[in-house]
Amino acid sequence: MPENILELRDVRTHFPIHSGFLVKHQVGSVRAVDGVTLSVRQGEVLGLVGESGCGKSTLARTILQLVPTTGGAVILNGRNLGEATRAEMLACRRDLQMIFQDPYASLNPRMTVHATLAEPLIVHGICRPGEVHGRVAELMGTVGLAPRFAWKYPHEFSGGQRQRIAIARALALKPKIIIADEPVSALDVSIQAQILNLLGQLCKGMNLSLVFIAHDLSVVRHISDRVAVMYLGKIVELGPAADVIDRPSHPYTRALVSAIPVPDPDIERARQRIVLAGDPPSPINPPAGCAFHPRCPYAVDRCREAVPPLIPAGPAREAACIRLDEIG
Amino acid sequence: MPLLKVTDLRTYFHTRNGVYRAVDGVSFSVERGETLGIVGESGSGKSVTCYSIMGLIPQPPGRIESGTAMFDGVDLLHCSPKVARSIRGKRVSMIFQDPMTSLNPYLRVSEQLVEPLLIHGDVPKREALARALEMMEAVGINDAARRIHFYPHEFSGGMRQRVMIAMALVTRPELLIADEPTTALDVTVQAQILELIRRLQKELGMAVIFVTHDLGVVAGLCDNVQVMYGGRIMETAGARALFHSPMHPYTRALQRSIPALQPKGEELFTIPGLPPDVSKELPGCAFAPRCGFAVDRCTAARPGLEEASPGHAHACLRERAGEIKVEAL
Repeated sequence: MPENILELRDVRTHFPIHSGFLVKHQVGSVRAVDGVTLSVRQGEVLGLVGESGCGKSTLARTILQLVPTTGGAVILNGRNLGEATRAEMLACRRDLQMIFQDPYASLNPRMTVHATLAEPLIVHGICRPGEVHGRVAELMGTVGLAPRFAWKYPHEFSGGQRQRIAIARALALKPKIIIADEPVSALDVSIQAQILNLLGQLCKGMNLSLVFIAHDLSVVRHISDRVAVMYLGKIVELGPAADVIDRPSHPYTRALVSAIPVPDPDIERARQRIVLAGDPPSPINPPAGCAFHPRCPYAVDRCREAVPPLIPAGPAREAACIRLDEIG
Repeated sequence: MPLLKVTDLRTYFHTRNGVYRAVDGVSFSVERGETLGIVGESGSGKSVTCYSIMGLIPQPPGRIESGTAMFDGVDLLHCSPKVARSIRGKRVSMIFQDPMTSLNPYLRVSEQLVEPLLIHGDVPKREALARALEMMEAVGINDAARRIHFYPHEFSGGMRQRVMIAMALVTRPELLIADEPTTALDVTVQAQILELIRRLQKELGMAVIFVTHDLGVVAGLCDNVQVMYGGRIMETAGARALFHSPMHPYTRALQRSIPALQPKGEELFTIPGLPPDVSKELPGCAFAPRCGFAVDRCTAARPGLEEASPGHAHACLRERAGEIKVEAL
């Protein structure tokens, strides 16, 4: 089995809430990520899904150490990033890159494509000045952009092309793992397909690991090997992507899957839908016990008592529900 | 007689950089109680079509170059402002993608809900408030009697969208135009809102024009669907016919590029090239430059939207001539 390139051990990211006019004091905290344990293997695509506010983007930022962790450890290639010095962190960042959702906001409008792609090469001293040009052209080729576009600015490109530039920038340092936070959500269907194909090819071709964050389950099912479902800062289900999405076991995953509209009128009209009532609760004051119990159709008194741990639920699968056997 | 009949609508935007033909000759009709889906990618003209009908196009730079939109015998595009006001917001209303920008943050929800009633009907304020409250309950807001006095920011995204739907429906319109009402919402909340629209439509017997880019949403909700591209209608059909036997290469290409309909892990079909630049004159079919089946004929003259079977019309010359079979692609 290939080794784990990234490991998360009980990672917590809480944001303090301050109140008071003259004397600020902490009145609570937003538990955006609240005890996540995960591992990503070499060359694996891990999908991370959940509703907005479930902490998936914060988890991405925590992995990259863009926000400080409150507890737990992020381990990249055997090294705990929380304990790394600045110099060590800089070296680690070569292996760990990110692609953001909005290619309109994540590219510097004052930098040409060449400048954007050359910067990491120079900062990390990867290329000699004479080689930069060739490497930039090579990167552009990898993501399907003609090298003659190198001197253009981001505003001259369409959304899909910008996302390609963002991908090229992430690839510039030959990372081992890329965290992609909703990389296709802002794109039209036909462009989305192009970017998904590109990401799929890159992962296969370069044996690259990818953490793919999205709210669209059909996209995640398509691209991921394994999928993790998040609810209110915790992983509630984990397993092989097609398995989890075709035969979900946790009640939340069931509801989530049942909410996706299927592009086929016959199936769509015949199916029974679990419509969840209400909105996800606030991560400031999460419900006691299983955070999903107030919206769960299967909840019983026991669910309010303790936070359910992830327990085995079939081959290579885990789910955090104490009633798995009872609800069938 | 259809409730709304739009004929040859053209909405152009005259800017310094040229004329943008956002909607370029669109005709369709909506029967009472029908749900019509309009699908297309961004820039296909689906929203501008709705805005034109509602009179929400900023003029200038926009201009409605031609066309009529007959609503129950009145041409919404050419009637007097007074007549238009008596219809818009009362018999035809609209909901938008982003509820936060469409609700006034300074006004309590109650004031925004009674406003259409006070403007359009001779309803006393007390009764208007009672009807607003009834509508808030109908859209599934708990504790409506108290929350009707809240400000928009005190609601969550899904609840705000419910408030906006309540506002649009409080006058009991005959036609509701919904412009991507669930795009900004989570799937679980989207399922709630779609269920709500379906239920209210049945109860009130209104027609709905539902604009979206999500083929899945269309499949569950709409009776008829029209596919737009480059400001034109490419294909229009009943929902089943459109999904099971599409007749336009663009419709098929859209279907093939959705991961949900494809086997896992396989390469997705992609449409080569970029969406059309509507500021340039497109003499032929708008999709021809990206279509894998285009021949010289396709770029020479613009194909019309013609019926191939009752209720199923498309604008592809080659399918019509029997040279290609889109369904089998």
